[in-house]
Amino acid sequence: MRNTFYGARLIASREIRDQLRDWRILAPIILLTLFFPLLMNFTAGQAVDFVARYGADIIGDRLIPFLLMVVGFFPISISLVIALESFAGERERLSLEPLLATPLTDSQLYLGKIIASIIPPLGAAFLGISVYLLGLVISIGWKPDASLLMQILTLTAAQAFVMVNGAVVISTQTTSVRAANLLASFIIVPMAELIIAESLIMFWGIYSALWWIVVALVMISIVLSRMGLRLFNREELLGKEIDVIDVRRLMRHFRRAFVGSATSIPQWFKDVFSTSLRQLKWSILITAGILVLGFVIGLSYAERYVLPPDLIKLDAVGQGLETRMREFGLLTERGLVWILWNNVRALIISTLLGSFTLGVLGQILLMAPYGITGYLTGNVILAGGEPLRFLAALILPHAVFEFPAAIIAGAAILQLGLAALSIPKGMSLSEGFVTALAHLFRVALGIVLPLLVAAAVVEVYVTPRIALWLLG
Amino acid sequence: MIETFNLTKRFGDLTAVDDLCLRVEPGEVLALLGPNGAGKTTAIRMIASILQPTSGRAVILGFDSIDQAVEIRRSIGLLTEHHGLYTRMRVAEYLDFFGRIYALSPEVINERVEDLLKRYGLAEARELRLGHYSKGMRQKLALVRAMLHDPPVLLLDEPTSAMDPASAHLVRESIRSLRSTRRTIIVCTHNLHEAELLADRIAIIRKGKIIAEGSPAHLKRSLLGSPVWELRVANSLDGAVSVFPAGLQPVASGENWLRYQTDDPETDNPRILRAMMEAGLSVVTLAEIERSLEDVYLQVVGRDGVSMVEGT
Repeated sequence: MRNTFYGARLIASREIRDQLRDWRILAPIILLTLFFPLLMNFTAGQAVDFVARYGADIIGDRLIPFLLMVVGFFPISISLVIALESFAGERERLSLEPLLATPLTDSQLYLGKIIASIIPPLGAAFLGISVYLLGLVISIGWKPDASLLMQILTLTAAQAFVMVNGAVVISTQTTSVRAANLLASFIIVPMAELIIAESLIMFWGIYSALWWIVVALVMISIVLSRMGLRLFNREELLGKEIDVIDVRRLMRHFRRAFVGSATSIPQWFKDVFSTSLRQLKWSILITAGILVLGFVIGLSYAERYVLPPDLIKLDAVGQGLETRMREFGLLTERGLVWILWNNVRALIISTLLGSFTLGVLGQILLMAPYGITGYLTGNVILAGGEPLRFLAALILPHAVFEFPAAIIAGAAILQLGLAALSIPKGMSLSEGFVTALAHLFRVALGIVLPLLVAAAVVEVYVTPRIALWLLG
Repeated sequence: MIETFNLTKRFGDLTAVDDLCLRVEPGEVLALLGPNGAGKTTAIRMIASILQPTSGRAVILGFDSIDQAVEIRRSIGLLTEHHGLYTRMRVAEYLDFFGRIYALSPEVINERVEDLLKRYGLAEARELRLGHYSKGMRQKLALVRAMLHDPPVLLLDEPTSAMDPASAHLVRESIRSLRSTRRTIIVCTHNLHEAELLADRIAIIRKGKIIAEGSPAHLKRSLLGSPVWELRVANSLDGAVSVFPAGLQPVASGENWLRYQTDDPETDNPRILRAMMEAGLSVVTLAEIERSLEDVYLQVVGRDGVSMVEGT
């Protein structure tokens, strides 16, 4: 650990010295640290005077903390530029290879560059905040309470960490600063939206919500730094020579991952059941837990939002049930197609949502039907009905197939979403993602789709008959 | 010592280095020759433990390139293809930074910096920022950086590129002197003259594979045949061929000269001279025709980059 910090310190101190020799970095830092806070100070003073004339003191009260946040944010926005320059710039100038040839580890290089990208802008931001506050104390005697000051300082630091870690991820995907700058909009646009949201919160006066933003930023930062560490390695940095999208290569990669070592269709199915399911075992456990949690949450909501007992009285449900089922498309071929398509569509949407949210939104969408089932079961209990009879009549027959299908598909979606965080060794980000996508398609075609077909058949032809038998 | 065992590196569908097997002893200089994109730099990067092989392995000074990468990087000096200097730094600061990375004490760094800067003629430029250095000076400084921690293994990618003749000579002499200190050295170069001057052995690499390997003399003999001798006479050569000793045939001839090949000049040359004099011919000169490494290279790699001896 001591060695790690020694190496990182060497890198960081060299880079910081180098930055302080570059007037293009130094000038905006000085400007934003000294001149800008004074300007904001003047603005705050004028605004407070102006709004006081019309008895709108509250606007002044809210404006001062808002400007405090802005004064902190402007200098740290430079951290993005420094990080892009430090990672992509050094790669472009070909000065990275001599460093890679030294005994320094990837983590030492990474940590050193992160520190070098964060310390000068963050130092400048804190200095700017101090200048602004000092000006306020002198000019209008305004002092922030400790909690607000802590919030702003933490928020500023968390934003800097997110931007720098995001810049590292971007830099590893490019070979030039120009390309990195183009990709930086993926950081700049969300950060701009965040600042707008923070502004609204601050003018609204719900300062406690800022802590939630800090927590979210810390979590994003952890995720991005894990991604960055994974991507910032000698292989990835020296392996990529040009930035081109090679669709054919990715297609070949997909085909290889999808087919695996199988030479025939029966062997492929065998391979899907043995290898793919084994690879998904932890994700399967997590997804199963999440779906059960969805059911439990639904159950708990039944007490909060109680349905009228007549609506879910099981004995009453049985009257005219067959007619209603036929109207709904059950017991017909039309219903079979509709139910199958509905389930497949839900999985497609879960995949799309899960692919860019680390699997989170995909899992939430899959939780929904189990939450609804739990909610209805809870209401059956509250209405004095028998929950097992309700579940056995309307859910369990097809759930025997549908539940495992949802768990396995959810697990593969989770792995797809997490692909960027756990790229297999020797693969690039795109290859890691394509591999996870191919694995998703393997289990979707090999296991999930057959299970969904079986579930739809049972739901259309078997479940209604059991329901009629138990409830009719 | 450097050993590689079936070292292979693939980037997607491209095989950059294919089953590379090398062995370089301490005190030996191996020159890696090959056209652009042949896989020389990738091979060097794998030996330096910067890139991991797709298959196979390299053992440097007894360290495994995968499991003991940090130890290997500590023991090698790598002159990269591009010097990659930090242009806003001054030389002492730059070398101090790298010296500290190798955990050298400040005293050792100062001592070695002074020595190496003097040796490579950079002492007078120490106050300049590296951005003001000429291409040759940058290349020399990159070489100094590679040798700063006194590594037992040196991997030099184009060590004299962009240097003026005097500097290139200085660097070559320096590499030769390093050989005598039992260092293991691999030099990647396009400069065939340089390879011939420096290398004990040459490996010609193409499409990631070694297609010819051996000492310069061995390569010339095995790929271009026996040494060629040229005989010049004062008068016409008419009838000279008929008096040629049995088993020897001219390979080319002109009005007053002819060339022949022999593996045993000590025996054959006196016989030929005797036969010529007996035939009344006045021999003016008898000399071996110099065959350059370029001939060997072009024979192996082909004038258009297409190998003539694929698989050798």
